[in-house]
Amino acid sequence: MRVSAMPNVNSTHVTKKFLISETSRRELSRQWYRFKKRPIAVIGFFIVLVFIVIAFVAPLIAPYDPYVTDFKNMLAKPSSAHLLGTDELGRDILSRILYGSRISLVIGLAAVGIAMLIGVPLGLIAGYYGGKLDNLIMRVMDILMAFPSILLAIVVVSILGPGLQNTIIAVSVFSVASFARLARGEVLNIKNQEFIEASRALGAGDGWIIYWHILPNTISPLIVWTTLNVSSAILTAAGLGFLGLGAQPPLPEWGAMLAKGREYLLIAPHITTFTGLAILLLALGLNLLGDGLRDILDPRLKE
Amino acid sequence: MLKYALRRLGWLIPLLVIVSVLVFSIIYLMPGDPAVIIAGEGATNEDIENVRHSLGLDKPIYEQYLIWVSRAMRGDFGRSIRTGRPVATEISFRFANTMRLSIVSIVIAAIIGLAAGIVSATRRYSLADNVVMALAMIGISITPFYLGLMLMLFFSVKLGWFPLMGFTTLSSMILPAITLGARPMAMIARMTRSSMLEIMGQDYILAARAQGLPERLVIFKYALRNALNTVITVVGLQFGSLLGGAVITETVFAWPGIGRLAVESIRARDFPVLQASILVIAASFVVINLIVDLTYALVNPRIRYS
Repeated sequence: MRVSAMPNVNSTHVTKKFLISETSRRELSRQWYRFKKRPIAVIGFFIVLVFIVIAFVAPLIAPYDPYVTDFKNMLAKPSSAHLLGTDELGRDILSRILYGSRISLVIGLAAVGIAMLIGVPLGLIAGYYGGKLDNLIMRVMDILMAFPSILLAIVVVSILGPGLQNTIIAVSVFSVASFARLARGEVLNIKNQEFIEASRALGAGDGWIIYWHILPNTISPLIVWTTLNVSSAILTAAGLGFLGLGAQPPLPEWGAMLAKGREYLLIAPHITTFTGLAILLLALGLNLLGDGLRDILDPRLKE
Repeated sequence: MLKYALRRLGWLIPLLVIVSVLVFSIIYLMPGDPAVIIAGEGATNEDIENVRHSLGLDKPIYEQYLIWVSRAMRGDFGRSIRTGRPVATEISFRFANTMRLSIVSIVIAAIIGLAAGIVSATRRYSLADNVVMALAMIGISITPFYLGLMLMLFFSVKLGWFPLMGFTTLSSMILPAITLGARPMAMIARMTRSSMLEIMGQDYILAARAQGLPERLVIFKYALRNALNTVITVVGLQFGSLLGGAVITETVFAWPGIGRLAVESIRARDFPVLQASILVIAASFVVINLIVDLTYALVNPRIRYS
């Protein structure tokens, strides 16, 4: 809708608002057009979308209850009754994989969400103010990064105990540092630019500048980093599950399902094959999407 | 450069001290009283107090830390609760195994990743490029336990080429090394491709071509040599994370490495082993990453001032 076609607006302030939304809408549609031109990113987007839909409608589409055991059909091979076979307790693998997408997505999104909410403000503050505060914050981040990611998650879980919530915390701890580093780097890139100085000359305070000028300019790399991070968070969480330190049975957590499947690898390889495929597909979708978004949103990497 | 190196080295010691404090405090943050666990089931209160006293667990925590850290610096990590053997012996055996596996993995990853990246960059958008990039995408999206189990299923069970487990023969090392190396391999391939493409778009490459230099020379002498800086950094950083990341691969293949030792000791509440293994992994991780950073700064002067 064109601004001129809008009913007469008295306040100039409101008009300005419409103008802004008009340009950002145009910008959005232009980026959507660029996005559509990258088939790989679109494939990634649809893979992720399918998993999100599955997570929502799992109870409607799952052929069986994922927790109900059937001792007459233990370790059954894939058949018309059980499309992907059954596990060592006769539970339907397909149903468990469908329900498992809920766990993986919740862990991935929650862990990265928490990490972003803590890490980004820390990074913005460190980069903007510099000096001692910067040093302090970034040295604390260095300490978090002194442990390889999976090891840090293992240590956190060993302190808090295994379980779904603790997995989320454990996985997010490492990501906090990476978000802080990313946000700080972005601030350093833009904080000395003229428009920041202009804003300050007009009397804007630090909080205003950070929120209205710096944060919006870090959004693109943040979106890309978030997408890629959800994928690695899901893989780390599945790794914890595989080691028996993540979500506990009987929850249909993919990593834990694979660990069980490993015991029956020789007689029932379908358990590991299909469950692992689900993790691979979801991570692949997120990585393809993240790569595609980077091409579109990160102008420095544009060809 | 010297100033940068000194600054980084100066931070190394405090960082290691903080890491050691954190690692030491794990046992107090974990649920359960160490003395009760060490005394074992059916121990009387008196037994527990004896254990507490003989291990010095009744001393103030900072004193315990100082004793622990001064012993650790001399390579004495106490005795394992589970086996009663000296922790240091077990740790050095396990650490050597993880190192062996990581080195083989990173060498395979670097050779194949680099070769694949060069092919991709020089034949951009060709079938080979697409296949390499698709495989690399899968490489960074697959979890080591899935890849490991699938390799096992295919090569060990179906084809019978490699033993299922074990770690003594060379052939038992191949599948774990590929499993562990898949992710770095994919990263190296992607990094080689992108940094070579970036360099091949530069003017001096155009100039070299304009002078009539053979394409092979342009690629290998100019483009690759400059791209190697970035690639070496990726190799180094990936090697550091292999040490910690090996825990899953080690679990899949029952490889007696240090990562698996850490996880086993968490389950068994074997505190001396837990502290020592995590400290050794974190310390080597920090030191390797520092060496990588310094090397990178040495070849890339811009880094030193940021």
